[in-house]
Amino acid sequence: MPENLSALDLVLTGDPALFAIVRLALVVSLSAVLLAALIGVPLGAAIALSSFRGRDAAIVFLNAMMGLPPVVIGLIVYLALSRSGPLGEWGLLFTPQAMVIAQTILVTPIIAALARQTIEDLWLEYRDELTAMDVRPLRRITTLVWDARFSLITALLAGFGRAAAEVGAVIIVGGNIDGFTRTMTTAIALETSKGNLPLAIGLGLVLIAIVLAVNGLAWALRRAAERLAG
Amino acid sequence: MIRFDEVTIAAGAVTLLDRLSLTLAAGAPTVLIGPNGAGKSTVLRAAMGLLPPTSGRILREGEPRRAIVFQRPTMLRRTAEANVRYAMADADRTAELLALVGLEHAATRPARRLSGGEQQRLALARALARDPTILFLDEPTASLDPASTKAMEDVIRAVGRQGIKVVMSTHDLGEARRLAGEVVLLHRGRVVEAAAAPRFFDAPATEEARKFIAGELLV
Repeated sequence: MPENLSALDLVLTGDPALFAIVRLALVVSLSAVLLAALIGVPLGAAIALSSFRGRDAAIVFLNAMMGLPPVVIGLIVYLALSRSGPLGEWGLLFTPQAMVIAQTILVTPIIAALARQTIEDLWLEYRDELTAMDVRPLRRITTLVWDARFSLITALLAGFGRAAAEVGAVIIVGGNIDGFTRTMTTAIALETSKGNLPLAIGLGLVLIAIVLAVNGLAWALRRAAERLAG
Repeated sequence: MIRFDEVTIAAGAVTLLDRLSLTLAAGAPTVLIGPNGAGKSTVLRAAMGLLPPTSGRILREGEPRRAIVFQRPTMLRRTAEANVRYAMADADRTAELLALVGLEHAATRPARRLSGGEQQRLALARALARDPTILFLDEPTASLDPASTKAMEDVIRAVGRQGIKVVMSTHDLGEARRLAGEVVLLHRGRVVEAAAAPRFFDAPATEEARKFIAGELLV
C-alpha cells in the first residue's frame, strides 16, 4: 500500500492491495466461524442435553476456554504446523489455512459455550413437550438447535467479533506476508510499528465498519426471520 | 385402559399421590376435580409416563397411544402448521387437525404470536397429531375467557366423539358438569370419590364431595 495515502484515500481510490487485505480478513474470519459453528453448536447442544460425571467441570472448562490467549493458540498451532511439528508435512505454516485453523480453535469454545447455555435454557422450556411427544435424542438436538437459531446468531457474531479482532495468533501462524497472509489486524499492527499512525487508525476504522456491517446484516436477517417464524 | 394400583409419588418430603388407585377405561370423558394440590396434574403426568411412581404400579393394557396438553403448553418457535406437523405420527393431517380446532386461518402464523386460547387449541391439535387413543388435558381452559373456553370445550366434545378417551383436570365444576362422563374427586393425593357424572353431582356419596359441590373449601 502507498504509505503517503490515508485509509480513506485507499478506500475511495479502490486500492487493490487494501481490498485484498479486507477480502482475506473476511475469508479467514468467516471460514473460522463456519468451522467453529459446525463443531461448537453440536458440542454445546450435546453438553446441554446430556448428564454425565464431570459435566459441571466440563462446562467450567468450556467457559474458561472462551478466554484463551490468542498468542498461546498461535504458538501451539505454529509448533504443530512447523516443519518439525506433528503436522509439518501438511506445509500449511504461513498460509491462510493456518490462520483459519488458529482462529477456529479460538472461536470454537465461544460458540460452544454460548450455544450450550442457549440450548440448555430452551431445553428447560421444551423438556415436557418433547418428552411427551417421545422425541428421540438426535431429533431433540436438531429441534433445539433449529428453534434456538435466532439466539445462536448472537453466539456466531460473538465468535466473528473474536476472529475479526484477533491479531496475535494470525500473525504468528500467518507471518503477515504482504499480499498473501496480511489481514486488517496484522496490517494495523505493522503500520503502527512503522509509525504510520494515520493509516493504522484509518485501517482500524475500516475494520470497525466491516464488523458493524456484518452485525447489522445479521441483526436485520434475524428480525426478518423472527417475524416469519415467531 | 390405564390402571393406577396403590400408586404413591413423592417429591422429597412432599407426597403428591398417596396410595392412589384409579382406573381410566375407554368411554366418555373422565374429569379430575379437586382443590389445588389435590394431585390432578400429577395423575395426568404419571398416566402419561412423565412421572415414575415412588411405589405402586401403573398398568397400561394394550399399550394405548397417549398424548397430553399441558396447562401452559409450550409452542415450538415455528408456525402453527409446523407445530402440528412436527408431532405428526404418520400421514400429514395438519390441515384437517387445524380445521378441527378452528385454526385453519392461522396455519402460517408464528405459533407464539397466537392468543392464549388459540395456543391451547393448537396444542390440542398437536397432541391429536400423535393419533392418540387416550388424551390427557391438564386444565385446558384455566386461563381462557368464556368465548375461548366454549371453543375449547366444543373441540373436546368433537375429540370424544372420534372415540378418543379424554381424561382432563379442571377446577371448574361447571365445566365438569358440561363435559364429564365420569368424575373423579381428588384430595390430598387420594381418590375421594369416583362416579358417573350424574350420580356424582346429584347424589354424592362422601362428605368431601358434598362440600366440594356446594363450594365449600376442602382443607
